[in-house]
Amino acid sequence: MERDDLTKDNEYALSAHHSEEAGAQIRKKVWIVTSLLTVLTVIEVAMGIFLSERGTITWQLVKWGFIIMTAVKAGMIVMEFMHLGHEKKALKWLVLAPYIGFILYLAFICLTEATYIFSVGGGN
Amino acid sequence: MSEDNTEVSSKEAWGGGVSPVKTSYGKQMMWFFLVSDALTFGALLTALGFMKHRFADVWPLCENVFYHFPGTHAHLPLIYVALMTFILIVSSVTMVMAVEAGHRLDKKGVIKWLAATVVGGLFFLTSQAWEWDTFIKGNEAQSTAFLLPSDNENIAHLRFSDDHYMFNEDGLGNPVELAIQAINSGEASLELANKSYASKADAVKFLENNAEQIQGANLKRNEYGLPLYANFFFCITGFHGFHVFSGVLFNLIILVQVMIGTYDKRGHFEMIEKTGLYWHFIDLVWVFVFTFFYLI
Repeated sequence: MERDDLTKDNEYALSAHHSEEAGAQIRKKVWIVTSLLTVLTVIEVAMGIFLSERGTITWQLVKWGFIIMTAVKAGMIVMEFMHLGHEKKALKWLVLAPYIGFILYLAFICLTEATYIFSVGGGN
Repeated sequence: MSEDNTEVSSKEAWGGGVSPVKTSYGKQMMWFFLVSDALTFGALLTALGFMKHRFADVWPLCENVFYHFPGTHAHLPLIYVALMTFILIVSSVTMVMAVEAGHRLDKKGVIKWLAATVVGGLFFLTSQAWEWDTFIKGNEAQSTAFLLPSDNENIAHLRFSDDHYMFNEDGLGNPVELAIQAINSGEASLELANKSYASKADAVKFLENNAEQIQGANLKRNEYGLPLYANFFFCITGFHGFHVFSGVLFNLIILVQVMIGTYDKRGHFEMIEKTGLYWHFIDLVWVFVFTFFYLI
């Protein structure tokens, strides 16, 4: 079978060609996403330095803040930089659904078990 | 039964010849590879989470480990790691720009942005080498970490009250004796592995009982605390760093291909998009490593 990434008239690659104006628009969006990523990272570092007293209610909130900000950053990278948000729905969910389902389950079960082992004194 | 054999156009039913996901073979396979690679990183980070919860009371805090910055002795927690994160984000941006230039068939633009991405990757690798070097060698002056056989083989840290983090540089002599002196004079107290402070009498007792000064890190023991902590550091950042290294290599190969005109002949620059996916993935993984290893 002919490899479709090597043919000159690769319809999928060719359909991606765009004009100068479209390019300018994409570049603008890229800079917006970049500044958002940078701002979120700066906030995370500031929280890590100034609000890192462990074992308090604030720390619980900060921790969840970190997780939410990480999810937002990851979403921006995958959807915009990796362009997955603009691919066909079929490809998007082919990639996202199995991964999200599996990792959430794995993280949940591991953390629950680890917390249990710690609570029964297996920690140290 | 009779209705079933009505003609269906190939636009409605997939009869071959078209892709259900409307991407080329190469791009699709890159996505599938990235999903499997992401599972590996996901497993590593989940294992880290497991151990962090299991040893919740004695896991070292990264603010107390990663506070060095090249060219200064100031205490700057996490700033260097943040800088590394920023370098990787910027190199991801230059990669998007290279892909975008490729869509306009702008060969010069692709060369410019792809070269910038390679430079960004090399910057990150060098930063990581420096971080590993600092982590392995430990404090430049004498380390204030002590292995206490009488406290379950845990690592305790001497904390000075006047906000410096190591012995004075002229502090020559037996480090255990120096530590006992500092505690007796009230200059310092001993922070145990579970982050509580030992009383003066306990601290002296622990130190006198075969305590040993630990400096730097290897796979068996490290001055920061649990051996697992350094093991996870080496394993996760090392695996990620190897991805960065191969990413730089791929980008270099593609850069040469662009320069000698391979993709002009092919009529499209989709190869930039494929290596671009891999490069963004490296940035994506680092976002998670940054949060789950360094911050939480």
